[in-house]
Amino acid sequence: MRIVFKTDYMQDIRSWKDTYQLMLYLILLAVVIAAPVLIDDFYLGELTNVLIWALAGMGLMVLTGHTGQASLGHAAFLAFGCYANIILMEQGVPFMVAFPVAGLLTGLVGVIIAIPALRLHGIYLAIATLAMSILTDDIIVLTEPWTGGVSGKYAPPVNVFGFDIDRWGTPKEFYYLVLGVVVIVTLGYINLMRAPLGRSFIAVRDSEVSAQAMGVDIARTKAMSFGLSCAVTGLAGALMGLFAGAFNNETFSVIISIELLMMIVIGGLGSIHGAFLGAIVIGFLPQFLSISKEWVSALFGGADVAIPGMEFGVFGLILILFILFEPMGIYGRWLKIRTFFELFPFYRKDMFKRQKSYLKTERLR
Amino acid sequence: MDILQLLISGLANGCVYGLIALGFVLIYKATEAVNFAQGDFMMLGAFITIGFTNANYMGVPFWLAVPISIGIMALLGYLLDRFVIRLMFGQSQTAVVILTIALGFVIRFVAGMIWGHEPQTLENPLAGKELRMGELVLGMEDVAVIVVTILLTWGLYEFFNRTKMGLAMQGASQNQLAAYYMGVPVKRVQGFIWALAGAVACIAGILFAAKGAVDPGTGLMGIKAFAAAVIGGFGSLPGALAGGLIVGVIEPFASRYIAAGYSQVAPYALLLAVLIFRPHGLFSQVRVKKV
Repeated sequence: MRIVFKTDYMQDIRSWKDTYQLMLYLILLAVVIAAPVLIDDFYLGELTNVLIWALAGMGLMVLTGHTGQASLGHAAFLAFGCYANIILMEQGVPFMVAFPVAGLLTGLVGVIIAIPALRLHGIYLAIATLAMSILTDDIIVLTEPWTGGVSGKYAPPVNVFGFDIDRWGTPKEFYYLVLGVVVIVTLGYINLMRAPLGRSFIAVRDSEVSAQAMGVDIARTKAMSFGLSCAVTGLAGALMGLFAGAFNNETFSVIISIELLMMIVIGGLGSIHGAFLGAIVIGFLPQFLSISKEWVSALFGGADVAIPGMEFGVFGLILILFILFEPMGIYGRWLKIRTFFELFPFYRKDMFKRQKSYLKTERLR
Repeated sequence: MDILQLLISGLANGCVYGLIALGFVLIYKATEAVNFAQGDFMMLGAFITIGFTNANYMGVPFWLAVPISIGIMALLGYLLDRFVIRLMFGQSQTAVVILTIALGFVIRFVAGMIWGHEPQTLENPLAGKELRMGELVLGMEDVAVIVVTILLTWGLYEFFNRTKMGLAMQGASQNQLAAYYMGVPVKRVQGFIWALAGAVACIAGILFAAKGAVDPGTGLMGIKAFAAAVIGGFGSLPGALAGGLIVGVIEPFASRYIAAGYSQVAPYALLLAVLIFRPHGLFSQVRVKKV
């Protein structure tokens, strides 16, 4: 049982509640900085992958988790960021410039796309973004002179502060590059959520009508949300391209979009932690499945069986169970467990119960 | 004559899209949720029928297998509502969307496990038969698809607008609470609509598998049916059919008269254009929400 006594107004304003919480995050930071020493290169690569997915997840979280605009098309922005970064670098722009510019360009594209998307709600927005994601594949093929079309492109080694970084040659340095970007974006995200803009995102999510009544400019807020979301996703896409080494029109398929959305739902919508927890699940699930498959076949003494599509089947099942029994995701479950111990023995079952809402159509007739 | 031939085959394809879109619209009209797994339902229905009819599986006569398969799919739809969707009662639309996407993944996985990943065709009595009208040659399957689709759409339209159950469904979607007060058994109505959607998906699947091959990935075609449903306006049954026909016809014409690569692009480009200029479809029912 632990109680945070508020003794200072700053406690509500600054990014951490008390020294204890700050210490926990500093320890976490120390662990991830020490990770290259602690684990071998294979698992370091996996961890890098998880961090990149978490970055993309944060990008989508701004839009879907905090502004309430479900997007099924974020792979399009991953692709855009990736290609923008590589094409700029091929024109001779150094990575240190090309990388942020790629993010900025993707953000700009996001704002432009937000303009028609502002008129769409809920399901229509999801379908429009889904269509966009499918079109991306064809657009990459049709703009072959720039994108290399079906044969794709290769990511060159990048130069950061005089170090040549390459995913395969120098995995440790690549890990630190990704970690640096993730830490900066996360700090920015935390700050955003306590700034007026972040608060107006949440207001728009919870009720557009009341947000409007409180003087929030809905159009501007949504456009900003799209812009920020796409910029971060673009950065993630650029890193993903470097991580994959080679990519073509099928790398950023619509399945990636769907996976990204499912990831943040499993992690927990509306929390930064959710993006990371979801990324951990999606990053380690294939590993976990192959290990458990070996284990099962060893147990029954049978040969190693290959089951195509099992990854997605299991993933879908996990997601269904989460939506049915823990709609707040892994982070929501963790909050409940933590509250249970913090308040022990005063925790009650209905503390996190949501208000039931009845459906009322928007189609009036 | 060439154009007419393209048009007819496009219409037959469009009818299948229209039937899947019909499933979307049914569920949307009655529960205001969108079933992203409708395409996978169709695939599952097709595979169940193949499992009954084809000689290398059970070899049941075609006309016996069809009603059984439709019944099974309707039952599956009902059970899905009873044990999964009903637990979601009161959650947001987006949650249902994500749930059904996940469900689609699971269905694809299960179908792949049972029937394998090879494309398969349904053995049916109409296969290979042709209808000749002058120079025009029509496959009997294409004719059957068009006829069945039109009859089904008409029947469902009448059902929604004339019968007590149909009206109860519309009421339940427009305002759940008020529908409860008026004595509409909202939960039972929803179970019924999911069963109906399952049956329609099965019919679409049978027609699709009779026309061409079906494999577990076919369910992703449901996304194209979205284009149909959105173009039609998502709340209107004839609209869904019209949308399906537009998408079906646009595809062969785009690949014929623009370039081969554009037949994939055209439906989605049209979808985006419709969403930008008429955000609620061509047959819209929506009015602006005011403070």
